[in-house]
Amino acid sequence: MSKDIRIKKGLNINLVGAAEKTLSKAVNSNVYALNLDDFHGITPKMLVKQGAEVKAGEPLFFNKSNEKMLFVSPVSGELVEIVRGARRRILTLKILADKSQEYAEHGVLDLSSADDQVVRDFLLKSGAWPFIKQRPYDIIANPESTPKAIFISAYATAPLAADADFALQGKEAELQAAITALGKLTPGKIHVSVGKSSNSPLANLDGITLHKVSGPHPSGLVGTQINKIDPINKGEVVWTISPQDLVIIGELLLTGKFNAERVIALAGSVVKSPKYYTTKIGAEISTFLYAAGVNQEKFRLINGDVLTGGKTHPEGYLGFYNNTVSVIPEGDDYEFFGWNKPVFNKISSTRALTFSWMQPNKKYDLDTNTNGEHRAFVVTGRYEEVFPLDIYPLQLLKACMVKDLDEMELLGLYEVAPEDFSLTEFICTSKQPHQQIIREGLDLLYQEIG
Amino acid sequence: MGLKEKLHQTKLKYQGKKMAPAFNAIHTFLYSPNETTHSGGHIRSVDDLKRTMNTVIMALVPCLLFGMFNAGYQHYSAINGFPENFSVMEHFITWDNFWLGAITILPLVIVSYGVGLAIEFVFAVIKGHEVEEGYLVTGMLVPLIVPVDTPLWMLAIAVAFGVVIGKEVFGGTGMNILNPALTIRAFLFFAYPTWMSGDKVWVHGAVERAGTADAISGETILGYLAQGNSDFSYSLSDMFFGFIPGSVGETSTFLILLGGLFLVFTKIASWRIMLSAVLGSLAMGLIFNGVVEAGWIPEYSKFYGLMSFEYWQHLLVGGLAFGIVYMATDPVTGSQTNKGKWIYGFLIGFMSVMIRVFNPGYPEGVFLAILLLNVFAPTIDHYVVRGNVKRRMKRLKNATILPKVTGEVEELKTETV
Repeated sequence: MSKDIRIKKGLNINLVGAAEKTLSKAVNSNVYALNLDDFHGITPKMLVKQGAEVKAGEPLFFNKSNEKMLFVSPVSGELVEIVRGARRRILTLKILADKSQEYAEHGVLDLSSADDQVVRDFLLKSGAWPFIKQRPYDIIANPESTPKAIFISAYATAPLAADADFALQGKEAELQAAITALGKLTPGKIHVSVGKSSNSPLANLDGITLHKVSGPHPSGLVGTQINKIDPINKGEVVWTISPQDLVIIGELLLTGKFNAERVIALAGSVVKSPKYYTTKIGAEISTFLYAAGVNQEKFRLINGDVLTGGKTHPEGYLGFYNNTVSVIPEGDDYEFFGWNKPVFNKISSTRALTFSWMQPNKKYDLDTNTNGEHRAFVVTGRYEEVFPLDIYPLQLLKACMVKDLDEMELLGLYEVAPEDFSLTEFICTSKQPHQQIIREGLDLLYQEIG
Repeated sequence: MGLKEKLHQTKLKYQGKKMAPAFNAIHTFLYSPNETTHSGGHIRSVDDLKRTMNTVIMALVPCLLFGMFNAGYQHYSAINGFPENFSVMEHFITWDNFWLGAITILPLVIVSYGVGLAIEFVFAVIKGHEVEEGYLVTGMLVPLIVPVDTPLWMLAIAVAFGVVIGKEVFGGTGMNILNPALTIRAFLFFAYPTWMSGDKVWVHGAVERAGTADAISGETILGYLAQGNSDFSYSLSDMFFGFIPGSVGETSTFLILLGGLFLVFTKIASWRIMLSAVLGSLAMGLIFNGVVEAGWIPEYSKFYGLMSFEYWQHLLVGGLAFGIVYMATDPVTGSQTNKGKWIYGFLIGFMSVMIRVFNPGYPEGVFLAILLLNVFAPTIDHYVVRGNVKRRMKRLKNATILPKVTGEVEELKTETV
């Protein structure tokens, strides 16, 4: 039995350059890297020294506040460089890959007999734990917490995001193994959401509660689904995990090998032939970017989708959690009377001489221009139109800005992650950095209350 | 080197300097900036504050132009008598009317913008932030809500007061509690009460001619009614289309209605506030009509004239329609939650008509009602938001919270065993 979730509030941002559904194999990268910024709030403690040989799946470092939580190498090779930033903070770990890959043996887990603790230990030591994120705080799940439910969204509504149905096809066995294992970690349900008319390999798995989602973005965001299915209360913990990471966990459980392979979408108006690639976590982006071709010099390369991803460059590396790489034009140019003339080629949430409301299905070629300057909050009532959660977005943002902990809690900061505010940020008339405000609010709350 | 490139170089030269905000204000007026996203999402919608404010100004321009024609029309009609068989093209849209209106009203616009923007620039430079767009709308609203013959020095003082005390002391656009345009209007009213009311200020030239053989007068309908009269010579269509004396831009309910529809269509102003304010004023009007009908108020009462005024006609006279469409919908000083907007708007309409009827000194209550509700808007929002908090609390009460740490589960179990 599936339950339908219909989202009415929201906005679909249709961009030029969606990935065509053909899969190519990206060439192997020489160097793979883990970007430590991907693991928010984790202080790493190195387990191996620069120059050490590691196998794929062999631990590189652990979490300083929980030494059982290991982070492993995506490939086998030599740890050639530990890039450090200010105050010797580790930024990036670079591994020069071997020609033939060797995998560390984690052993196959017998899922029929394994209990909660065994599964936890297995995921922690094999490096799969960091795939599991928790709310509140939108951080890697605390291994000692018991989630009231686990949420998985296999419905991608963000602009240009990889289509989960396509990327996951043929992976039923891995997905089922991962779901079975995760089922042991929670006394609650595993909620899986798929698109209403989708053909998802996740839909027929055992041990899940299936939800069919329809409506505009952000209906595909897991935060929206949590709020509609089983909202988080103060003191509760839910876990979230993206389906592409279930595949890695599943394969690990079935074979004992940490195979960092993943299907990603390379998309955006700058890409000549946007399509899907099979590659590995940490692969150099140039290994597939130039194979697909770019049609201009000045572009913004994004690890992830255009609303939530991180800025990177062709020599950068595929992020730990990303299954989309987006490339859009940079918009660092002036526009004559850009603020008052009629606009046909950009998206707007109003009709103030902007005409995107006339063609809701038109595809736009948006660039990175902010289309205006940063201002104090002025306009009201606009965020609510694209924010389906039962939360007052403007009030919550203001509570975060003034660091009012009580108000942040009362208004529901526990329930959200920065990505839930990506759409309000997109339409913000005052160009306020919503996601950053929420991130800082969450960090403050975590630090003060834990 | 084109203008674009030249300005770019100048911007780089001024960067970090004290005068940068002043230059940037002019630069971003000509060209939308080359800023790109650097945190969070990488794309942004095209809407910004300049476009938002510009849309409101566009909705105000018809009122301004109409105000110019009407200033001339009222002036010449007061001297020569109102034309019989009035025709819009012949008697209203004439070069004479427009010329007289333009030379009396444009100075108001120029002083309003000149003084206000100068103060905005000075504050931006002192505080080192960009010049914000809020005053673009305020500067346009102010000349439209004052009597046509308001002396320019008075207006200048009022604007300076309104911008500094009404807005800048709170931190500029987006931070103010009271609507700056109405603060300016209130200042004028309370500082120069004899100027701002009576029957001499609504028609150009009336003040100068007072006491001479050429004396003219033009009373607003409300002023006339407030003296206990209940019949007046204006037809319903005069009132609706705005061929009546009043503040510069407030007379044409028809154009205000069009402006309101435009603002609702463009999603710039809140339809909730507009609709509920209309409902609120109708409700209060109906109550007063009911009181008159029930015979609770004698005909010689000084409130009789306004109380017996047909309830829906309140929307056609005075500044009610203008206030509802352009002032009550100010997002900064209004209610910020959707539910709050219904309450806020309703009370504005309700109070406006109430003050209009009961105010002994001055038969208009819109600006006072809006300012009053500006003060109460945060309170309204507070209770609306508490509703959401309460819902969350209730959910929490019914939830069974799992213990945070797995170890505790076992401890709990052992305790219960």
